[in-house]
Amino acid sequence: MPIKKVMKANEAAAWAAKLAKPKVIAAFPITPSTLVPEKISEFVADGELDAEFIKVESEHSAISACVGASAAGVRTFTATASQGLALMHEILFIAAGMRLPIVIAIGNRALSAPINIWNDWQDTISERDTGWLQFYAENNQEALDLILIAFKVAEDERVLLPAMVGFDAFILTHTVEPVEIPDQELVDEFLGEYVPKHAYLDPAKPITQGALGFPAHYMEARYGVWEANEAAKKVIDEAFAEFEKKFGRKYQKIEEYRTEDADIIFVTMGSLAGTLKEYVDHLREKGLKVGAAKVTVYRPFPVEEVRELAKKAKVLALLEKNVTFSVGGALFQDFSRALINESEKPKIVDFILGLGGRDVTFKDLDEALAIAQKALNGEKVEEVNWIGLRKEIL
Amino acid sequence: MAESPFKADIERVQKEYSEKMTPGAIVYLPGSSVVNKTGSWRVFMPEFNRDKCVRCYLCYTYCPEPAIYLDEENYPVFDYDYCKGCGVCANECPTKAIVMVRETK
Ligand code: SF4
Ligand code: SF4
Repeated sequence: MPIKKVMKANEAAAWAAKLAKPKVIAAFPITPSTLVPEKISEFVADGELDAEFIKVESEHSAISACVGASAAGVRTFTATASQGLALMHEILFIAAGMRLPIVIAIGNRALSAPINIWNDWQDTISERDTGWLQFYAENNQEALDLILIAFKVAEDERVLLPAMVGFDAFILTHTVEPVEIPDQELVDEFLGEYVPKHAYLDPAKPITQGALGFPAHYMEARYGVWEANEAAKKVIDEAFAEFEKKFGRKYQKIEEYRTEDADIIFVTMGSLAGTLKEYVDHLREKGLKVGAAKVTVYRPFPVEEVRELAKKAKVLALLEKNVTFSVGGALFQDFSRALINESEKPKIVDFILGLGGRDVTFKDLDEALAIAQKALNGEKVEEVNWIGLRKEIL
Repeated sequence: MAESPFKADIERVQKEYSEKMTPGAIVYLPGSSVVNKTGSWRVFMPEFNRDKCVRCYLCYTYCPEPAIYLDEENYPVFDYDYCKGCGVCANECPTKAIVMVRETK
């Protein structure tokens, strides 16, 4: 029987790692994800997890050790956030290019300056072009589940790419919720023992990994990462379906909420999706035709699902906790790409909000709604809107 | 200069790679870095004066590549396909039998 425990998302991530039984965990503490390696080191020290816990002096070293371990042929895990992930940047490309199925848990946090430890998604969004798969959790349960799913997809022979699972700093990392811990046997069945497909050390069969790629080969190697990202779309659907069958919780690349007959569909990621569902309920009570959608899988970007979603709305209102300069938010760019050649498409309005841990309240969402309604009525509105901005102090 | 003992393997791998890319760009052959002729990166090249050489093999021992072979009479021979022009050999040579000169084409 699965047990239910009240825990923070950080602990949920550590539990996911314990259930996945990685052989090597290398991590450096960073707010807000410090508790993840802390908890894992406890599991290892108590003999509950048979793994090598490598203490390193920086995140650059943490991910480097993970690359080494994964290239040697074992399941590998780490956790980080914000500046720590940024410090890993260089090696993230290497992990993807070498096609090593490492999984990272990320407590999504803003980037300096000014120094800020609170939540937004700029850290992982900034790594969207590394080739890593990206999942975003709405709550602590999803943090646990998506890490298991990330392992499953990353290690699939058709994919072989590293994956990161983001959960919002403090809103999830430090907030307790009941989380169901799945049975170990079921997780073992779901994930299977890790058998490296291409990267492993075997003295009887020596190979060179991370070799020099001349112009004659580099482009093909990058295309390999592109192709693997495309292949991951189907593998993710399969993993979601199998997960639902085994554990009863349903996941979709884009999860829709009350989108039937909606004129305006708000789209977001992470914990904001929870707030948004409440908000949609509240608007529906008032008779407004508004729905919500949550992007659970951000890389590979679910282009097809976005096109399906777009058919249901007259206005897509994107709520994002990240900035891409001169563009708006990253989702705005991705949604625009997905819809640019569609003959029928909704208006897309972008909202940047909640940066650096600023609360996103119903009042803020009302502000966004007012603009989305204007767009719905054919009035001209700004494409990119900063919500909750304190203009008076600028 | 002696031919690479990996020649046949190298040719096989080169052929394989022009036909099939492996995931993660793995090279399934030890010693295949022999195909990467790193000598083209050189700016200075060692110039050898056989008359001054006392066959002490310090150059041979210290060359980091190793791009120095020995001929039938056990004199050093420089393999310019791999010599990166670091100058270690010239620096080590006790008789100044090796001097680094700017490479001009
Ligand atoms: S210059 Fe450097 S690489 Fe070239 S032969 Fe001398 S020691 Fe070797
Ligand atoms: S170090 Fe100088 S003297 Fe000694 S073997 Fe090399 S070239 Fe000859």
